[in-house]
Amino acid sequence: MARLELQNLSKHYGPTVAVREVTLDVGDGEFIVLLGPSGCGKTTTLRMVAGFVAPTGGRVRLGGQDITAAPPWKRNAGMVFQSYALFPHLTVAENVAFGLEMRKMSKAEIPTRVAEALRMVRLDGYAERLPRQLSGGQQQRVALARALAIRPDVLLLDEPLSNLDAKLRETVRVEIRELQRELGITTVMVTHDQEEALIMADRLVVMSEGEVRQVGTQRELYERPADRFVAGFVGRSNLLNGKVLQPGRFQTDGGLTLACPDAAPGPAVIALRPERLVLGAPAQGQANRLPGTVEFVSYLGANIDVHVRVSPADRVVVSQPNRPDTRLPAVGDGIDVGWPAEAGVLFTEGAART
Amino acid sequence: MTAPTLDSRTLGRWAFNGVAGGVMVFILLPLIFVIWLSFFRQEIPSFPPDGYSLKWYSVIWSNPKFTDGFILSMQVAVGATIVGLLLGVPAALCIARFRFLGREPLNNLLLLPLVVPGIVLGTAIYVFHVELQILAGTLPIVRDYDITIIGSLGALVAAHVLLVIPWSVRLVTASLAGLDRSIEEAALSLGATPIQAFFRVTLPVIRPGIVAAALFGFVVSFGNLEMTLFLVGAGRTTLPIAILQYLEWKIDPTIAAVSVLQILLIGTAMVITDRFVKLSRVV
Repeated sequence: MARLELQNLSKHYGPTVAVREVTLDVGDGEFIVLLGPSGCGKTTTLRMVAGFVAPTGGRVRLGGQDITAAPPWKRNAGMVFQSYALFPHLTVAENVAFGLEMRKMSKAEIPTRVAEALRMVRLDGYAERLPRQLSGGQQQRVALARALAIRPDVLLLDEPLSNLDAKLRETVRVEIRELQRELGITTVMVTHDQEEALIMADRLVVMSEGEVRQVGTQRELYERPADRFVAGFVGRSNLLNGKVLQPGRFQTDGGLTLACPDAAPGPAVIALRPERLVLGAPAQGQANRLPGTVEFVSYLGANIDVHVRVSPADRVVVSQPNRPDTRLPAVGDGIDVGWPAEAGVLFTEGAART
Repeated sequence: MTAPTLDSRTLGRWAFNGVAGGVMVFILLPLIFVIWLSFFRQEIPSFPPDGYSLKWYSVIWSNPKFTDGFILSMQVAVGATIVGLLLGVPAALCIARFRFLGREPLNNLLLLPLVVPGIVLGTAIYVFHVELQILAGTLPIVRDYDITIIGSLGALVAAHVLLVIPWSVRLVTASLAGLDRSIEEAALSLGATPIQAFFRVTLPVIRPGIVAAALFGFVVSFGNLEMTLFLVGAGRTTLPIAILQYLEWKIDPTIAAVSVLQILLIGTAMVITDRFVKLSRVV
């Protein structure tokens, strides 16, 4: 168990920048998720922590020790790979014992530790099986047991759930999270799946184009996104382009004038969460009330998404909770959309980049 | 009630089975005839046989050309296979793992012995051996100890290594290509040094490819005639050459019997290998 610190960590491939000046402090026992679209540098960052990629700048410190130049086999980092990467010629028990043997643990002690690790992932009865005799979910748990058996200072998870089917993924992510909390092990996970990230993380790191866009808790990212990219990537947002006319007044490119939080005049983007918008009668008396036309309706069970055109250039999605008395609007209906001024998050200038 | 009709699917299945069966017969027929012939009693093969006998098998053992040839072929094939693997496996690793200038040409160069006709290869290597002998003759140690290169066992094995290399490089590269690199990274992250990771993980995982390479290399070397013809020394013959020389004078079923033994040897090697690694998965 240890604290993991990344200081200005960078990776350049010639003129291409894969990771730019990532600075991150992962507390002892904290679960951090690196989230971002493919090619955003999250995997490269994780591989620099594991030691598979040599950084071109910056430092990695684990438990207070500088491990920037240490090879992978000298870092005490347990890694779970997307493909699980089990040794196909070894049994489950031999897979889990591998790291212990490499650590020259005594022959007498290994079986105890292997059994303990397999019990943690509930695979006690599978010790003598070969990886190919296991299901994907079981293989994934063997990979986890193998990484945990060495009692690593940090656990690194590289898209560990992306090869599992949707149903299994839901249970496994809760299992991993509970196990991690129980063991109190510092963990860094990489994923492109925001739902997975939101469920598992203590804190999230949103990355794009090799840079960290925002670090924060789920609530911070969702309610106070640092820029337009985060607003669009974590959860959904209606993004309206336009400009701030004067503090509190915003004009969209489509010509609508809206009430918004205070900001200096200039080009800006306003982000609105679909569930903060209301339709029909409740729109009366909101700071913003716009007449519109229903263009598309999705019935999603717990929610109903209504796409409303409010100007020739602006369309917003409104997500309504599905209650017994909810009226399903029809395409072509005229309907009012409303929201309070503070529901909009404004991004000006630099923060408006996608 | 309708009478059963021949739909196109049934017809298609018949056609497929028919063609497959025809090809099987085409492949197996010579084999069956060779085996049958080896048991004929009369000296001149003719049909139908006068009767059956095992005498041609005993003729083999009493003919030193065959027994010596068999021993030499074994020595050469085993030696060439071992050396060929020692050279081919590291070469395959480099080709599969590293991106370097001249990687493709190197890969093609190592496969070249498959393409060059055996006769050409044999002539070229013979000329090379002669040149080498002349050149080596200037060294006092070669003169004093009367070291010969032309026709020596070492030179023959060296030439056969050429036959083994394309197979070892090709088959091992193929199994490396199918290897998930992250299993090696997993080994490193678990504390294995690169050397440990290679011997504990990479090598066991590509073992089927190596075994298949050894088998194919052995078979190709053991059965080679054209190249070897140029390279054997006086009074020395491999089994295929012994067969050829015998055929120049006689066409009795001894040859069939020798062929049956060779088929048995190679067939057994394949069956045994298949018990350890499923060849169908590699080749």
